[in-house]
Amino acid sequence: MNYALFISTIVAYALSLALYLFFLNTGKALTGRLATLLLAAGLVTHYFALLERSRGLHTVPYHDLYGSMSLFGWLLALTYLGLELYHRQRSVGVVVLPFILVFFAAAHLAPADKLSPPAAHGPTFAFHVTLSILAYSAFALSFVLSLIFLIEERLLRRHKLGDVVWRLPPLELLEQMSRSSVLVGLVSITIGTALGFLWVDRLSGTYSFYDPKYAITLLVLLLYVIYFRLARSTTWRGARASKLCIFNFAIVFLSFTVVNLYLSHSHRYF
Amino acid sequence: MEIVLVGLNHRTAPLEVRERVSFSIEQARRASEQLRARGILEETLVLSTCNRSEVYGVPPEASHESAPGLSTFLSEFHSVQPDVLGISLYHHYDREAVRHLFRVAAGLDSMMLGEAEILGQVREAYRSAHEQGATGPVLNRLFQGALEVGKRVRAETDLGTRPVSVASAGVKLAERIFGKLHDRSALVLGAGAISEQVVSQLRDRGIAHLHVMNRSRERADALAKLYGGEVLMWGEWEKALLMPDVVVSSVAAEEPILIRKTVEQAMERRANRALFLMDLGMPRNIESAVAKLYNVYVYNIDDLSEIVEQNRHARENEIPKAESIVGEHVGKFLSWQVSVELVGLVNELRAKLRDERKQFIRDRVESIRHLPEADRARVEQWMDEMLEILLLEPAQRLRGERDLRRKIQNVEALRDLFLSNREKS
Repeated sequence: MNYALFISTIVAYALSLALYLFFLNTGKALTGRLATLLLAAGLVTHYFALLERSRGLHTVPYHDLYGSMSLFGWLLALTYLGLELYHRQRSVGVVVLPFILVFFAAAHLAPADKLSPPAAHGPTFAFHVTLSILAYSAFALSFVLSLIFLIEERLLRRHKLGDVVWRLPPLELLEQMSRSSVLVGLVSITIGTALGFLWVDRLSGTYSFYDPKYAITLLVLLLYVIYFRLARSTTWRGARASKLCIFNFAIVFLSFTVVNLYLSHSHRYF
Repeated sequence: MEIVLVGLNHRTAPLEVRERVSFSIEQARRASEQLRARGILEETLVLSTCNRSEVYGVPPEASHESAPGLSTFLSEFHSVQPDVLGISLYHHYDREAVRHLFRVAAGLDSMMLGEAEILGQVREAYRSAHEQGATGPVLNRLFQGALEVGKRVRAETDLGTRPVSVASAGVKLAERIFGKLHDRSALVLGAGAISEQVVSQLRDRGIAHLHVMNRSRERADALAKLYGGEVLMWGEWEKALLMPDVVVSSVAAEEPILIRKTVEQAMERRANRALFLMDLGMPRNIESAVAKLYNVYVYNIDDLSEIVEQNRHARENEIPKAESIVGEHVGKFLSWQVSVELVGLVNELRAKLRDERKQFIRDRVESIRHLPEADRARVEQWMDEMLEILLLEPAQRLRGERDLRRKIQNVEALRDLFLSNREKS
């Protein structure tokens, strides 16, 4: 492992987190911009760290838990940066950065890999995995945003504003950001799943529907389509939609843990 | 280079006196012209807001004696008896004048601690005086410093971030739900003074649509006309509650005017879009059960007052931070002021020493008849070079060392010491 890349990435993410925290506390625009710049710098060094791993494997690093965790962290950072720039809202950075930092650090502090090439590879497969992990990171982001929405909504309804509420994004913006994030996730998971089926088709010409991962992925897709449809509807807009989003992510988490580790034959780490 | 300030504010003068001594833009310009024409001040700037009238200036002589002349001028200019004005006016010189202005720009001297408007008023007063040519290097530097202090205090402290009036707290809360209000719609129930305050705040935030509903159509018309709104018939709830994101109610009514059923039906028709209700009526205008409805946020006058009180405490906690920024900039300004004065002093000293040198040559060298002209010129040149060498190091240190400038408290004393023969004798 290239320690210079590891240290640079950790430092960039950690400083970015500190600046996001300072930004939340003081509201200084310059601090916010610096936090974003450091996040972008961390993304670049993180990318090179992933690239180094990929060179050893000759494919996207998803063959082990650590590789897929690092990729997940990178895509989470990328999705968040995209959302931040699109919605011009930096207050959420302080909640997202710890996750990015933890995923990166956990992936790279783990015992060194043997870097053996995975059994399944090729561009179609690589895109299938990358887009699936991008979808999961986008869903994770929507989960965080929905959680912040529910907390802020509760504080506003109970008139307990304290120091927190004045710093958080407005409720309607949180809803919009969550919907944007889910949209990224939906597009990614749809294309990623289609590519997965294409790859299986090319490989064997038959689909094995006995893998529970297929069923749960389709369920996740369906649940997020429902969320996306309901989030602006009369009955569901607001807190209910946010609760649904949190429920949906619980299913994603189930898919990542129980299904991957104990039920699926071919999806171990993504 | 003295700075003098004479003025009055909400703490020193009652409203009647403040009204009589306030300056319109035209009056401020005229006063500046007269002060300079009469030789009372060389540079002037008049700062006049609803809570203060202050004249800042640089008098021709640094004597700490210009304030009485300025007080007399103010008394004459506004035709106010000197004894009435005398008890209300304060005057400050140099460090205290600088500190006062920086505290004003920071919002520390405002009636409402940390108010945002004062910085704009300081900027406008400076712009106007600068355009008129009434300011010079000292006041330019002073007011640019004040604007920087104001910006830093707002950026680096929470002194002005949290609302400290019921109206602004309500509007800020609406922004917590909807974000920017420029594409939003508001309904105002009642057309009293408090409604007007909220409407004014909403308009400042660029609210797109404003509807007014009042039992008295006349007052509703007047409020709607003043703020560019539309009047709705009293009791047309179906229509009135369909559009707005924010509802402000301050109606004198014994029973609630918005009951749960009415709002519930409205929420169905408006597809459960979030609704923020500000109940400023006493007794309350909105039934308490309304707060339980989905996507409805209700804040009454007590809730808002409590928020205002919390925010006021939070602002007060920020005072030390703001004072520290003010102190830092006062130090910077005084250091600059001393450096300018010292550079002037060194130049004067150089001129004086050259005169002395000429005199010396005349007295001592001209008596040596056989000294050739070329040698005499050379002696003069060497003496000039020696003077430059003697003055170079102190001049460079004064330019480069801020601490040294800070240590030199009284430039006038140095002037007296080194230039007394020429200037003071």
